[in-house]
Amino acid sequence: MKRTALTLIASFAFAATAAHAVEYGQVQPDKSRIAFDYQQMGVAMQGTFGKFASELRFDPAAPQSASARIEVDLASVDTGSEEGDEEVARKTWFDTKGFPVARFESSVVKTLGGDKYEVAGKLTIKGTTKDVVVPATFTAQGDSGVFEGALTIRRGDFSIGEGAWKAFDVVANDVVIRFRITAAAR
Amino acid sequence: MNTHYTATAKLLHWLIALMIFGMLGFGFYMTGLDLSPTKLELYSWHKWAGVTVFALVLVRLAWRIGHKPPALPAHMPAIERLAAHAGHHLLYVLMLAIPLSGWLMSSAKGFQTVWFGVLPLPDLLAKDKALGNLLETVHVVLNYTLIAVLLGHVGAALKHHFIDRDDVLTRMLPRRKD
Repeated sequence: MKRTALTLIASFAFAATAAHAVEYGQVQPDKSRIAFDYQQMGVAMQGTFGKFASELRFDPAAPQSASARIEVDLASVDTGSEEGDEEVARKTWFDTKGFPVARFESSVVKTLGGDKYEVAGKLTIKGTTKDVVVPATFTAQGDSGVFEGALTIRRGDFSIGEGAWKAFDVVANDVVIRFRITAAAR
Repeated sequence: MNTHYTATAKLLHWLIALMIFGMLGFGFYMTGLDLSPTKLELYSWHKWAGVTVFALVLVRLAWRIGHKPPALPAHMPAIERLAAHAGHHLLYVLMLAIPLSGWLMSSAKGFQTVWFGVLPLPDLLAKDKALGNLLETVHVVLNYTLIAVLLGHVGAALKHHFIDRDDVLTRMLPRRKD
């Protein structure tokens, strides 16, 4: 009897592993983070976005059918100073009133081997949409999965920083968007 | 007995004096500006100049320790001697504490100081908005203190020259070749 139970449990466990039916989709905002790195007067600076909404579906057994949609609330920006936060909300930067949300929508997910993936998709900021390819890694941690990666964009491509800020000598063109998104298995 | 400061001491005194007056004006001007690329550039230059003043003050202190300054005039009463020594000590303390507070403030606010964009100074403090704001207040208060002490310093030098008619001011001036 005892033996039968053990066999039963073992076969269930095997079935669960074999099916790989784990889909990560419950995003945990408190364990997720979107930050950005940039250079100002040649000095490395860092900022974050406090609020963003993400929908994602990812099954490690079927990465090609994965999808992600991330919407960042641009008003939640933290540049490190109040003056900076007020400045980037202006028309010359994000124009937060006109374009309150920056959006990434995935199209194709490619497996690069191991835990590495390439997520192609469209990035929309301030009314400009660009095709981007985001390198990301996925790590399962207990019941949840962690997606991490970094994407370098050029702020000039999205008209972020116009007028007096258009030159890249004080605030550099390259901005690295780094993300860490934790999602629980459904 | 030397009646004049050494040429090096004079050079450092006047160079640092010039930079302090420049930096005070610079500081008040730039903090009033709206955020712009120019403002960010000015802040960087202010920080670089501040680090430079700090380094020069260290050189000056080292020189001062190795070269005894000329004695105070014999006619000065004890209370004036005390005031002179206290004032000079305070000036040295402020000349070191002000750039230091500026550097720490930058560090706490998350703006690392990279001297002339080349030499990165260590970020001693982790990013902390409240601490950054506190250090900003410290930086401002120390500067107002400096202005008050400088007024006393310049006032005393003028009093020595025009009222006491002694050599306290002239011995810090470039010596005429005779």
